[in-house]
Amino acid sequence: MSWLTSFLGWLGEFFGDPANWSGPGGIPARLTEHLEFSALALALAVLVAVPVGLAIGHTGRGQLVVVVAANLARALPTLGVLVLFVLLLGTSSIWPVIIPLVLLAVPPILVNTYEGIRGVEPELRDAAYGMGLRGGQVLGQVLVPVALPLILLGLRLSAIQVVATTTVAAYTGLGGLGRYVIDGFATKDYSSVVGGSVLIVAFALVVQAAFTLVQRVTVSPGVSRRLKVRQPPARKENSR
Amino acid sequence: MITFDEVTKRYPDGTVAVDRLSLEAPTGEITVLVGPSGCGKTTSLRMINRMIDASEGRILLDGVPVEGIDPPTLRRGIGYVIQQAGLFPHRKIVDNVATVPYLLGWDRRKARDRAMELLERVGLDPSLAGRYPFQLSGGQQQRVGVARALAADPPVLLMDEPFSAVDPIVRTSLQDELLRLQAELNKTIVFVTHDIDEAIKLGDRVAVLRVGGTLAQLADPKTLLSRPADDFVREFLGHDRGIRRLQFVPTSGLELRTDLAVAPGASGPDGEPWHLALTPEGRPAGWVPRDEPERLERYGTFVLGRDSLRSALDAALLSPSGCAVAVDGDGKVVGVATRDALDRALAEAADG
Ligand SMILES: Nc1ncnc2c1ncn2[C@@H]1O[C@H](COP(=O)(O)OP(=O)(O)OP(=O)(O)O)[C@@H](O)[C@H]1O
Ligand SMILES: [Mg+2]
Repeated sequence: MSWLTSFLGWLGEFFGDPANWSGPGGIPARLTEHLEFSALALALAVLVAVPVGLAIGHTGRGQLVVVVAANLARALPTLGVLVLFVLLLGTSSIWPVIIPLVLLAVPPILVNTYEGIRGVEPELRDAAYGMGLRGGQVLGQVLVPVALPLILLGLRLSAIQVVATTTVAAYTGLGGLGRYVIDGFATKDYSSVVGGSVLIVAFALVVQAAFTLVQRVTVSPGVSRRLKVRQPPARKENSR
Repeated sequence: MITFDEVTKRYPDGTVAVDRLSLEAPTGEITVLVGPSGCGKTTSLRMINRMIDASEGRILLDGVPVEGIDPPTLRRGIGYVIQQAGLFPHRKIVDNVATVPYLLGWDRRKARDRAMELLERVGLDPSLAGRYPFQLSGGQQQRVGVARALAADPPVLLMDEPFSAVDPIVRTSLQDELLRLQAELNKTIVFVTHDIDEAIKLGDRVAVLRVGGTLAQLADPKTLLSRPADDFVREFLGHDRGIRRLQFVPTSGLELRTDLAVAPGASGPDGEPWHLALTPEGRPAGWVPRDEPERLERYGTFVLGRDSLRSALDAALLSPSGCAVAVDGDGKVVGVATRDALDRALAEAADG
């Protein structure tokens, strides 16, 4: 049990230290940094990957891009790319870190968005055109809502990876929660290492939960099939 | 009216799916395209709403070539029903039905009201409106598909094997429903099927296509059955073509005997092996054999004038007396068609 007591001791020490709750090295500041880096990288990746994935999936043109992206994602060692960019561009700005994070985040979103749109049953696409929807309406009103679970899956995978890799980015002198672990190891301050790790794990779990919530809210019950067959009578709908 | 004028469809790989097809689908009638798999039925149908464009020739809608109409605009004015219903899974039933009204920019409330009205029209419980498609049976989904196609009240309806994915009982009820709807709505319907019985039941006119996409025969069902144009059509119609033809022969000309139907308690006419006992209301009770006045045997009925000779024959085969009981719309007996009478009617039908 001794490891547990020392673990709890370190935790108490870390979270109990008022100095850890304020200033540029404090938990709120580090958490904000971590959140900012991750969110910025993810947002940029979404801006690139979702439209491209939708366009390729909808038109069927440029499928090679998806294949290349998927293979690059598997082949490139994230840490290596990160270090390379930092060496090339220095650490005077956040971009040497953000760019590799974006590169890392694009493939899962791109591939899943593409697969989601491609995977919609041809009959459904056909029916949509047959009703008189235009190309953009077919995409926006039918394909995206039906492919949404897969699109969101891509986003979630990317988010988890970005959050994890942002931790590693602390090596380059950038902020974020990774600093506690790295600085802690450097100074043999184990309470910092343990406290930092716990924060990182908690952060990742919160991100997961957030995505689950988003999924719940945005995916139609008709697609997720979350409903029981019994429904409240439709009259309610009607009398509005 | 929909006019095919020498229409040919050649796919990029060289397949000629439709070959110089000329035919007319008259306004307010059901025209059925029927033929073996791959004969170009779907291709022909989809050229009407420009889901596929013809390679040669023209298709006219009330005299206007469809090639000049922007496809989405054209399609919003044509109802389209496909085999798997193709409902949008993420939308509630009511919103699925209101798809085209929404596209046409109807007020949301008006569109939903219209959708609710149509759900009832096609025989669906309004309580299903708030469900999603996955919560409906195949037959219910197919009805929703029909309601969706009718939502914006288009004059033309295209149906591509809409009932082929449901079981035979549901299929029959969907077919009956369509005929009932059509009697009210008088749409110009083009209906594709590979089932000749369905074609004969639903079609005002039936176009039989052969593989290669050429027209083998275009005729009303009765003519098709009695005078098939060639061996291909004859074979496609199948062996019991003669029997099926009887469903177009009316019973109004049948000679009926009234003396065989007797009131409760009375005895039958002399020298007859069977007589029909009536209930006090004048409905059939059963056939009574001459030597066992206490027995009541099975009987079969047909509605005189409404049912066909095929139904009358069926009714005769169901009863041990060999006679068919003719009833009126209320089920009251109006007479009995004996074997002799049926025989004479059959002989006449065979000549006609
Ligand atoms: N996109 C396409 N490219 C090439 N050939 C096609 C294409 N679509 C259909 N065909 C061919 O055209 C012919 C007619 O096809 P179509 O789908 O119109 O037949 P169908 O009568 O509807 O058959 P089924 O009863 O099986 O549905 C077939 O030989 C088919 O293989
Ligand atoms: Mg077909």
